[in-house]
Amino acid sequence: MASHGIKDQVAIIGMGCTSFGEHWDKSLDDLIIEAAQKATKSAGIETDAIDAYWFGTSQSAASGIALATPLRLSGKPVTRVENYCATGSESLRQACYAVASGAYDSAMALGAEKVKDSGYQGLNAFPIPTDGTNRTLTAAAMFSLILPAYAKRYGVDEDELRYVIARIAQKNHFNGSRNELAQFRREVSAERICEMPSIAGRLSVMDCAGVADGAAAAIVVRAEDAHKYTDKPLYVKALSVVAGDSSGLVDPDFDFTTLPECADAAKDAYAQAGIKDPRKELAMAEVHDCFTPTEMVLMEDLGFCEKGKAWQEVLNGSFDLDGEMPVNTDGGLKAFGHPVGASGLRMFYETWLQLRSEAPSDRSVSLEKSKQALVHNLGGYPGEMVSFVGIVGSEIS
Amino acid sequence: MGVHGIISYGAYIPRGCLLRSSIVEFTGKGSNKGSRSIASYDENTTTMGVEAARNALKGSETEPRKLWFSTVVPAYMDKTNATNIHSALRLDDFVEAVDFGSSTRSAIGALSSALESDEPTLVVTADLRTGPSGGTEESTGGDASTALLLGTDEQGALLAEYLGGIAITSDFTDRWRVPGSSYSQVWEERFGEQAYKSLVDRAWSEALKKVDMKTEDISVALVSGLHSRAVARSTPLLGVDASDDLTEQIGNTGAAHPSLLLANFLDQAKPNEIVALIVLADGCDVLFFRTTQEVENRRNSFPISEQIENQFPVPYSKYLSWRGLLDSQLPNRPSPTRPSSSAAMRRNDWKMGFVASKDATTGIVHMPPSRIGIKGGDIDDMEHLPMADSIGTIETFTVDNLVYSPNSPVVFAVVNFQDGGRLPVELTDADPEKIEIGDRVEMTFRCLYTADGIHNYFWKARPVRREREKS
Repeated sequence: MASHGIKDQVAIIGMGCTSFGEHWDKSLDDLIIEAAQKATKSAGIETDAIDAYWFGTSQSAASGIALATPLRLSGKPVTRVENYCATGSESLRQACYAVASGAYDSAMALGAEKVKDSGYQGLNAFPIPTDGTNRTLTAAAMFSLILPAYAKRYGVDEDELRYVIARIAQKNHFNGSRNELAQFRREVSAERICEMPSIAGRLSVMDCAGVADGAAAAIVVRAEDAHKYTDKPLYVKALSVVAGDSSGLVDPDFDFTTLPECADAAKDAYAQAGIKDPRKELAMAEVHDCFTPTEMVLMEDLGFCEKGKAWQEVLNGSFDLDGEMPVNTDGGLKAFGHPVGASGLRMFYETWLQLRSEAPSDRSVSLEKSKQALVHNLGGYPGEMVSFVGIVGSEIS
Repeated sequence: MGVHGIISYGAYIPRGCLLRSSIVEFTGKGSNKGSRSIASYDENTTTMGVEAARNALKGSETEPRKLWFSTVVPAYMDKTNATNIHSALRLDDFVEAVDFGSSTRSAIGALSSALESDEPTLVVTADLRTGPSGGTEESTGGDASTALLLGTDEQGALLAEYLGGIAITSDFTDRWRVPGSSYSQVWEERFGEQAYKSLVDRAWSEALKKVDMKTEDISVALVSGLHSRAVARSTPLLGVDASDDLTEQIGNTGAAHPSLLLANFLDQAKPNEIVALIVLADGCDVLFFRTTQEVENRRNSFPISEQIENQFPVPYSKYLSWRGLLDSQLPNRPSPTRPSSSAAMRRNDWKMGFVASKDATTGIVHMPPSRIGIKGGDIDDMEHLPMADSIGTIETFTVDNLVYSPNSPVVFAVVNFQDGGRLPVELTDADPEKIEIGDRVEMTFRCLYTADGIHNYFWKARPVRREREKS
């Protein structure tokens, strides 16, 4: 299988992100306009001057018209993209490939989600007619399966693991409290999280990502044109997507301690970017911490630590803001909130701030080790998942 | 043509029971004595019928050519419920499946008609007895199902030969229910008692005359009827020992009760016993059977007494909520949408019959069935593999407090099967506190939910019943 990538062919020249939260006073259109305006302002470009658009939304709208209408894009190619919770990064991937192909000079990827209009807790459901035999478990319950499986495989006490995942939530809340756009800006101790009642398996509500409305956008051009717009572009090093074949739900050998689609996407992305040792060659990572156990196993699947060791590394603080490999410096899905279609682009927004040294000082990471960062975004559940891994850097290598 | 009789039989008593003392505790009315069986929130007469029929068909190689289902609480009207049972049992398309509806008398009618059928006939009965809170109908009713495979000794070895019987019809309004109501009303008790006593008297002497027997030839009488006082007062008139009618332990299971008593008798019977089944329902039916040697050779795999021992008490509030008599707060999640009839029809084998596909090249079992294997191989290189009787092991599990369910929390397990394959599947009849990784589970046919009046039938896993009992 050939996966050549488009290393250093495309650059991000502008980004924008709304605050994430329960925006009872904002519509999908309001969120779209805000993110688009912030992105165009940051790049110093008008929407009319952008050649093509990819609009990522999972459950809030159905076609490119839903982006073209609020922005009044006239005569433009606008495509709606959907890939579960990896929708935002998928929209950026499409925009980057379109520019790299030479089809367009510039493109915008905009992801938005309005989830708080349904009247229900959690994400919107979009019922597709089926034979009625599909499982109907919540995402929290599906991801909670990781904990007992991991405990059993690596001989870790479940109560100890309960604390480990709470420690992840504590870290992400610590980071999120230093982020003015985040949904939850309060620090919470791991001890307090451990005392909370379980909602699914051993997970409490504090182990789950915030459900939020929000939008984020990126504008991309060919790498050689980037400096026309900004002195500090981010170069796209790798873009990888793997859609699993759901075999984990069929194959008795799958043990729920790993997310193979994520490991596969990481492997592909590292090959595209020429990264051999991600822990040494990345300044930071934004990963899809939809539930705290997800972040734990991702540390292993993304190659940030050895198999079976993530729980210890979490306790050691390796992934803390001042750790060896800072993860989710903006608070992650946990504290920043998770507007499905926007989240992937929100992750890139944090790399945009960090690699350009624009993150607030109380949450900025050291760029001494590397000037590259990783974004990991997934959709689906353990056993049936789509995973995205992207790498960006502030220098052409 | 051969001799007609019972080729095999099965019964199903739901896992849940309601201690009558828990009704008294709540309502301040009734008797503390005993318990009644209750169908779970995901069971109805159709799913219970499937369970009893699976139990019955395990007892014989003979395949039914007719499937008759009788209940007074049909899951559907207009649509045949027997066809759902037919699918779940994976019977041949040319097996006739029909319902005998509306009254408890239909169940005994189906049984006596099947005893004259020239083809092996599976008679399935089920009932779900409900009554106003704190009343006699509620505390004395019970939920259960039975299945009798009837045919001739040429079609399969008989456990019991049918010796003959009679039916008396009598039209009086002692018990009634208008369509749509969930329970019956009854007339003043002594009216029915008198009416039934004289019917039993007449029927008994006529029946003995017809089969040319005397009371002393009869080993035991099984007397069944929803009028408990009439049953109690007319039984002594027979001059024959009557069996335990099971009502103290599980309640009166209405349409299912006559065959349930017969099944319970066969669970313990010795060869050459003559049993009289006497049914009081808008008349009086008497049927005589004589057990054969086979009755000792082919004991039921899960006798009724063991099923009763296997029950666990359910709180009264939960019973009320399951029956729709108490509105319970559900998780604030969208309620499920109805299954697509066309999608369901295309996958009937899977949805109703729990048939997986097995890759002929790699041997890998796929649930749901797949056209292309997970480890390669040719397209459509798959064999059908029925999995309903395969035992599974819990690989990992979780308890979901958030998901929509009439019985939150939902226990959900990733199950690997002994015949190969894996399915993440909901558990039922399970105590979330007692489930452990490595527990063995068996499949059971249930109604996942009902939306727009369509019952979404599929399979769930439950802890293996007999192992649980031993632990």
